[in-house]
Amino acid sequence: MGALNLLVAVCLGYVAMLFLVAFMAERAAARGRGGWLRSPVVYTLSLSIYCTAWTFYGAVGYAARSGLEYLTIYIGPTLVMLGWWWGLRKLVRIGRTQRITSIADLISSRYGKSNSLAVFVTIVAVIGTTPYIALQLQSVTSSFSSFALYDPSVRQIGDSDATALWVAAGLALFTVLFGTRNLDANERHHGVVMAIAVEAVVKLFALVAVGVFVVWGVGGGVSETLARIDASDIGQWQMHNGRWAALIFLSAAAFLTLPRMFQVLVVENDDENHLRTASWAFPTYLMLMSLFVVPIAVTGLELMPKGSNPDQFVLTVPLSQGRDGLAMLSFLGGFSSATSMVIVAAIALSTMVSNHIVMPIWLTLTGGGAMISGDVRHVVLLARRMSIAGVLALGYLYYRFSGGGAALASIGLISFAGVAQFLPPLMGGIFWRGATRLGALAGLVVGFVIWVYSLLLPSFGPSLFMSAEILAHGPLGIGWLRPQALFGIGGMNPLVHTVMWSLLLNSVVFVVVSLATFPKPMERLQGAQFVNVFQHSGNPQGWSGGIAQSEDLMVMAQRILGAVEAQSFFQREAATQGLAGYLPEPSPEFLQRLERELSGSVGAATAHAMVGQIMGRATVSVEDLLAVADETAQMMEYSSQLEAKSAELTRTARQLRAANEKLTQLSVQKDAFLSQISHELRTPMTSIRSFSEILRDADGLSEAELDKYAGIIHSEAIRLTRLLDDLLDLSVLENGQVSLNMQHGNLSEVIEHAVNATGVQTAGLRMVRVRALENIPIFTDLDRLAQVFINLIANAQKYCDAEHPNLAIRVTRRDGYLLVDFVDNGSGIPSDSQALIFEKFSRISDQKKAGGAGLGLAICREIMARLDGAISYLPGQGGAAFRVSLPMKAAKAAE
Amino acid sequence: MGKHVLVIEDEPNIIEAISFILSRDGWRVDTHSNGHDAVSVVNAKSPDLVILDVMLPGRSGYDILSDLREADRTRELPVLMLTARGQSKDREMAQKIGASRFMTKPFSNAEVLEVVRQLVP
Amino acid sequence: MAKIRPSLFLERKSYRQRRVRDAARLMPFLGALLWGVPVLWAPPGPYGISTSKAMLYIFGVWLGLVLISLALSRWLEPDADTEPTEGN
Repeated sequence: MGALNLLVAVCLGYVAMLFLVAFMAERAAARGRGGWLRSPVVYTLSLSIYCTAWTFYGAVGYAARSGLEYLTIYIGPTLVMLGWWWGLRKLVRIGRTQRITSIADLISSRYGKSNSLAVFVTIVAVIGTTPYIALQLQSVTSSFSSFALYDPSVRQIGDSDATALWVAAGLALFTVLFGTRNLDANERHHGVVMAIAVEAVVKLFALVAVGVFVVWGVGGGVSETLARIDASDIGQWQMHNGRWAALIFLSAAAFLTLPRMFQVLVVENDDENHLRTASWAFPTYLMLMSLFVVPIAVTGLELMPKGSNPDQFVLTVPLSQGRDGLAMLSFLGGFSSATSMVIVAAIALSTMVSNHIVMPIWLTLTGGGAMISGDVRHVVLLARRMSIAGVLALGYLYYRFSGGGAALASIGLISFAGVAQFLPPLMGGIFWRGATRLGALAGLVVGFVIWVYSLLLPSFGPSLFMSAEILAHGPLGIGWLRPQALFGIGGMNPLVHTVMWSLLLNSVVFVVVSLATFPKPMERLQGAQFVNVFQHSGNPQGWSGGIAQSEDLMVMAQRILGAVEAQSFFQREAATQGLAGYLPEPSPEFLQRLERELSGSVGAATAHAMVGQIMGRATVSVEDLLAVADETAQMMEYSSQLEAKSAELTRTARQLRAANEKLTQLSVQKDAFLSQISHELRTPMTSIRSFSEILRDADGLSEAELDKYAGIIHSEAIRLTRLLDDLLDLSVLENGQVSLNMQHGNLSEVIEHAVNATGVQTAGLRMVRVRALENIPIFTDLDRLAQVFINLIANAQKYCDAEHPNLAIRVTRRDGYLLVDFVDNGSGIPSDSQALIFEKFSRISDQKKAGGAGLGLAICREIMARLDGAISYLPGQGGAAFRVSLPMKAAKAAE
Repeated sequence: MGKHVLVIEDEPNIIEAISFILSRDGWRVDTHSNGHDAVSVVNAKSPDLVILDVMLPGRSGYDILSDLREADRTRELPVLMLTARGQSKDREMAQKIGASRFMTKPFSNAEVLEVVRQLVP
Repeated sequence: MAKIRPSLFLERKSYRQRRVRDAARLMPFLGALLWGVPVLWAPPGPYGISTSKAMLYIFGVWLGLVLISLALSRWLEPDADTEPTEGN
């Protein structure tokens, strides 16, 4: 058991090291010191997840069986990287400008944010990747067995199913921990990428070490080794020419369309210029990975007994030579290859499954997009975690039921052929504006069906799905439907047969249906943006400027992005529109940016649907379509200049309109102000005059009546005085003649004082406070601040119309400000009144029970301005919510 | 059974004052303090005179008056309007709708009595 | 005339940039062409190619392509999708 225990220990130690690497990288990134994490070298190394355990173990086996054919798997991606200027650069640019989260997201986004397309791509991707994950589990398991073979103390490896289960569970845990730590707006995972880069180095080093050992340690030098190669069973160039070309093409296609490759190539890409380095560095990596494959294979064939599994030569050759250390290193290399592939594939698939399948279903079940309660982020994260577990479980089940029998290479190629079906819609989407959603969908369905029918089902062997009878004579004896000789053209290699027919018919159907159908406006817009991504990285796509409720949008955004991020995003957007506060106008530009922000978390189609639900309709304006119609570059340039100018004009006009609106309102208010003052003064005066006349003229008043009437005169006189005081206070504050009495104090004391002064605790309004957070030293005019708090608490007391009214006081610090939020659970203030409440005499309701003259909030606003802070209405909190912000220096100075 | 007046006004102290003056003059005084159901209260109590404030919670005095003037039963009912916003446009508005008399707050008690006596001799 | 000269220089530079980009675009075709050659090799027999020779050829092509690509990526301007601007 000794060696096996050692093996397990080494595995655990290695995984622990990866944890540490990922953890440190995440921490460095969180602290903003992650620059080095995002070097071109790390990017290039992360691409190496292309080389899975299939490469590490399988390539040698492949070479032992078929000579140099294994090279096709590396030549294809090399050609793609060499041609980065054509395709990859464009994909990466599109991925960054459109905030693409997966290949399903890209295809759905390109074809008018269609969710049906996204669902289909996701399903194909899951089906195509499952065997691949099973393959990784199998290779780790059989590497354990290989060790066991050379360890006399172990009779037989305990239970390979259990090993696979443990590996799958461990990988699921790692992926959940580092792949779903946060809902990153860009779906980037610094920790995971760093861990993968480390694994890339380990596997290259291990394979090269075994190669060096074989060439110089066993073979006796380069020329000797070359001679041995020529003398071996695979000593002559022998190639099925169709396979050579088809496999190069297939691996090139898969390099672009494998979900995990798309994840590292596009989604995790941080800087387009990293491609420049990767364009030569990654081909170098592939070259080194494949350099020693043939020598190892030939040595294995020579040294190992007949009938031993060539897929394990990388391990068994060093073991047979007694090089246990080298074997261990080689084992770690294989382990690295398997784990890094599974982790990234699980992340990529779980993003797709949760964004395109789980979330839309969940949103429908919970009654639709925006008005859901609670924080959606938890749901998204949970969905991701469940999906990761689900993907690995599928892989494990496939492993169990396929029995792990087939040679590694054939399983890998079946996967390749499946995901390669994405190539026509992907390439068509970024190079051809005429490609339509229906075309893409039809092509994909055709390609997928052919792949399943002619390659995937037969691969399970004659006992499971496809009987030998069907293979030989076709279903129901229909000859031209023979799975491996479609349309009567037999004699082809099955793989070449499938690749040719599926991709050919996929492309033909895609093109023909695209030509025959008419795209929806959203498709045309997205098409123009994708195809011409370099001409205008600007954004002509979007929403018509309908009347959306900004406040509803904010409620939704808070639930997806989190309150802090959503509020600062809305505030920023409002500021660029020249508006104060948190609610920007729902301009098409704003909606589009919001949608993109959301799509980083839930995918383009879902984000579009959610915004659409609030907007009421998803339409595209005439201007947007005009932008699409512009064909010539000149027109583009000219119109973009005009666009910039008109955008500026629009902005100025909006600011002017806002200013004008405010002036008009102010002048109306000025009139109303005089009329109000008159009313507010005359009302108490009426009582005073009337009762004083009664006291003067009426005879025979009782003692009680005298007392009562004098009392009324007195209280009405006090009311008058208070009104005059308020008016004077406001006037002094407005003219800036007030002298502040700055003192040291503690926020909690000020709040306590305000709560006591209003006497709410006895009056039925429940206070919700977190006293520990209130304990903040402040340096300000404590009496004035208390006056503001008293006003807000008293307002809640008067206006909160909930059955069980409560008022929450929340204290937070952000961006150098101390924020005190007063949020009640009433019905809040309608958004058309929110701009007015801080004006004088602007009581929202006409209720007299307000008692004051409607000057309270106006005074609060002036006080906070004098204290270098602010008071604002915070929309979208459920009830009426006011935010008092005080500069932190006021708090710092007190410390 | 003296003459019957209904005072529709939301300031409790002003109600108290008017009630005091009129009841000393031999009136039976009913009061009501919001605008929502003022018209139905008038119909229910069928007073000889209504004193109506302009700024009422729920519904303005002008709206209530125009409702009263549209119904046959109350078309000729004497209505004295009170307002605290003594601008000339308020007076014109009141006359247009059909107020019998119009007074600005603050008023003198004697003046109120005199007007009331004129309206319901 | 003195005013034209710098613009002449810029023209030449942007011309050079365009040609480097053309070369970058040609790379995958060059690779496909060179790696397509093995299709023409004779099947095993008296004129067959030995595996060691095949390896030398394929890996030689590989190395050559990597070196050219390395050189091209050095020459390409960082933001080459926009029109080349003055200076480096």
